[in-house]
Amino acid sequence: MGFDWVFFTELIVGGLMSGVMYSLVAVGFVLIYKSSGIFNFAQGTMLLFAALTFVKLTEGSVNFWVALAVSTGTMVVFGILVERFMMRPLANQSLLSLFMATVGLAILIEGLAQYMWDSAIHGLQLADFLDLALLDPVNMTIFVVDYIEWLDILISKFDIFATIVAGSMILILAVFFQKTRTGMSLRAVSDDHLAAMAVGIPLSRVWALVWAVTGIIALIAGLLWAERVSVSFTLVEAVLKALPVILIGGLTSIPGAIVGGLIIGVGEKLGEIYLGDLIGVQGIETWFSYFIALIFLLFRPSGLFGLKTIERV
Amino acid sequence: MIYRETGTFITSYLEDRKLFPIPFDKWAMAVFMLFMVFVVPFIASDYWLAAHLIPILAYGTAALGLNLLTGMTGQLSLGTAGFMCFGAFFTFNIMLRSPEWMNLPLAMILAGSVTGVIGIIFGLPSIRIKGFYLLVSTLAAQYFALWFFRSYPYFLNYATATVTLPDHHFDLFGIGETFNVDMASFEAKYLLSLGIVTALALFAKNLMRSATGRNFMAVRDMDIAASVIGIPVIRTKMLAFFVSCFYCGVGGALFCYAYLQVLGIRTFEMNRSFEILFMAIIGGLGSIAGSFYGTVLVYEFPILFSWAGDYIFGGAFDTAVVDNVAKIMYGILIIALLIREPGGLAALWATAKQKLRTWPFPH
Repeated sequence: MGFDWVFFTELIVGGLMSGVMYSLVAVGFVLIYKSSGIFNFAQGTMLLFAALTFVKLTEGSVNFWVALAVSTGTMVVFGILVERFMMRPLANQSLLSLFMATVGLAILIEGLAQYMWDSAIHGLQLADFLDLALLDPVNMTIFVVDYIEWLDILISKFDIFATIVAGSMILILAVFFQKTRTGMSLRAVSDDHLAAMAVGIPLSRVWALVWAVTGIIALIAGLLWAERVSVSFTLVEAVLKALPVILIGGLTSIPGAIVGGLIIGVGEKLGEIYLGDLIGVQGIETWFSYFIALIFLLFRPSGLFGLKTIERV
Repeated sequence: MIYRETGTFITSYLEDRKLFPIPFDKWAMAVFMLFMVFVVPFIASDYWLAAHLIPILAYGTAALGLNLLTGMTGQLSLGTAGFMCFGAFFTFNIMLRSPEWMNLPLAMILAGSVTGVIGIIFGLPSIRIKGFYLLVSTLAAQYFALWFFRSYPYFLNYATATVTLPDHHFDLFGIGETFNVDMASFEAKYLLSLGIVTALALFAKNLMRSATGRNFMAVRDMDIAASVIGIPVIRTKMLAFFVSCFYCGVGGALFCYAYLQVLGIRTFEMNRSFEILFMAIIGGLGSIAGSFYGTVLVYEFPILFSWAGDYIFGGAFDTAVVDNVAKIMYGILIIALLIREPGGLAALWATAKQKLRTWPFPH
C-alpha cells in the first residue's frame, strides 16, 4: 500500500494550524500563571465573554474597528475589576483556593455573558469582517477564496491569518516580557511576590495589568476560535482542550505554550487518522491529546520548558 | 449555651478515641439518623424524595469520594464524572449479566472496586506528576470514560442513547415478593441510598482517623516530607485513588439507579465533574460532613433561587434570565466564601459550634 504523502503533509499542516489556535489560548493561561501562580480556569469563559461582546456589537451594526475597541476596553475594565475584587482579597491564600476562585469566576462570567447578551449560538464570519475592514474600498478581498493551493496541499487562508496573528502576538509578548520595565516587574512578581513588593513593585497594579492583558488575549483568541466553532459554550470546551498544551509546554513558559500547541495539534490529527484506523474505533480525538500530554509529563514532570520545581522539606 | 461539654471528662484513651466525644453530638446524630430512617420516608412526598433527598445522597457520595482524593490526599481531580460513569455502567452490566442471586448493593460494591482499579491506573501518573499537572491525567479519565462507553455500545446493551433501568434490579433477596412491598418505590430507593451512604460515610470517617488516613494527610501536606518520615508515598497515593474512585463509582451507580432511573452517557459530561468539585470545595476540603453540606448547598441553590425568583417576581422574568442571575450569584457566592472562609461550610459550621458552646459568655 502506497503511503499517501500529500494527505500526510496536509494532516501535518492542518495539525500545525490547529496547534497555533491551541497555543493562543494557552498563552493566556501561562501569562497569569507566570505572574501570580494562579491556574486561571476562567480563561475559557473569558474567551466566550469577549467574543460574545464583539459579536453582539457587530450584530448591532457597529463598525468593526469600533467594536474591536469597545470589546478591548471591556476586557481591560474586566481585568481591573477582577484584580480589585478577587485577587486582592485572596492574596497569600493557598493555590488551591485561588484556583477555585477562578472556577467561581468562570461561572460568574458565564452567567454574566449570557445575561448581558444571550445564550444563543452565534456565527462569526470574521473573515468577512476582515475583508470589509481591510480591503473593501478597492474591492480586492483576501479571504474570498478560502484556500490556497501549494504543492497539492490545500491550506485555509484564514488559518494562515490566524497563525500570523498568533505569531506576532506571541512575539510582542516576548519582547514585552524581556525588554520593558513593566515586563521585568511582571517577571519579578512571578519569581517571588514578597521580594517584588519589598523592592517597591506595586503588586496590585501589576496584577491588574496581567488580567487586562489576558483579557485582550482572550478577545483575540476568542475571535479566532469563534470563526471555527461559532460563539457558544463550545468555546469553553475548546479551552479544556488547550489544557494539555500548557501542561506539555510547562505552565511557566510562553515558548512552551507554542511548542506544546504544535505537538498537540499534530499529534491529535495523526492519532485520529492512523491510530484510530489501527484500533478500528473512531473519535479517540477527545482523549488522545491528554494521553500525549501524559506521556510527555511522565518524562518531564514540569513540562518541556517549565520551571523545574525544587522541593525541600 | 445551646450545648456544652462541661461534665464530660475523658478518663481513658478509649474514650478519647470516640467518634463523638461530646454526648450532645452523639445524641443529636442518633436522633437525626432515626429521623432520616423512620420518619422521613413516611412524611416526605415522592417529589421530595425523588428530586431532593435521593440526588443529594448520590451527589454526596461522589463529593465525598472527591474529597477523599483532593481534600485529604491533595491530588486534584477533574475526572469525577468519568469515574461515576464507570461505576454506573459496570453496576448496570453486572446486574444485567449475572445470575439471579446478584443484588444491587453487591453489584455496586463490585462495580466500585473495578472503578477503583481504573482509578489506580489513571492515578499512576501521580507518582511523578504533581499539582496542576495532574489535571491532565484525571481529565484523560473523564474523556476516556465518555469515549469508551460511546464506542462500545455493548455496555449499554446496544441501546441507542439511554437505558431505562428495570425495576427488578432493585429487588433485594426477594424481599419485595415475600413481603409484597414495592422495592422500586422512591421510599425503598431512598432507604437503600441512605444505607449505602451512611455506611460509606462512616467508613470514610474511620479511615481518616486511622493510620491510613493520617498517611493521606501527610502526603497532602508535603509528600517529600512524608516519604522522609517513612510513609510509603506511592502506595498511599494509589490507595487514595482506589478509595476515592470506589466512592465515585458507587455515587455514579446511585445517581443512575436511585435518582435518574435511566442510564446514559450524557449524564456524565464534564459539567458534572465541576459541579461535584464545587460541592467538595464549598463544603470544605478535607471534611467528610462538609462534603454533604456542600452538596446540599450546591444542589439546592439554583432550585431555591429560581423558586424565589418565581415567587417574588411572579414570573415577570423568563427562566433563562433567572438561570443566568442564579449563575452570577453562585459565582459570587463561591468567591465570597473563598475570601471569607477558605475552609468552606465545614469551617463555618465549626466556628458556629464554638460560638454556640460558649454562647452567652464568650470569654
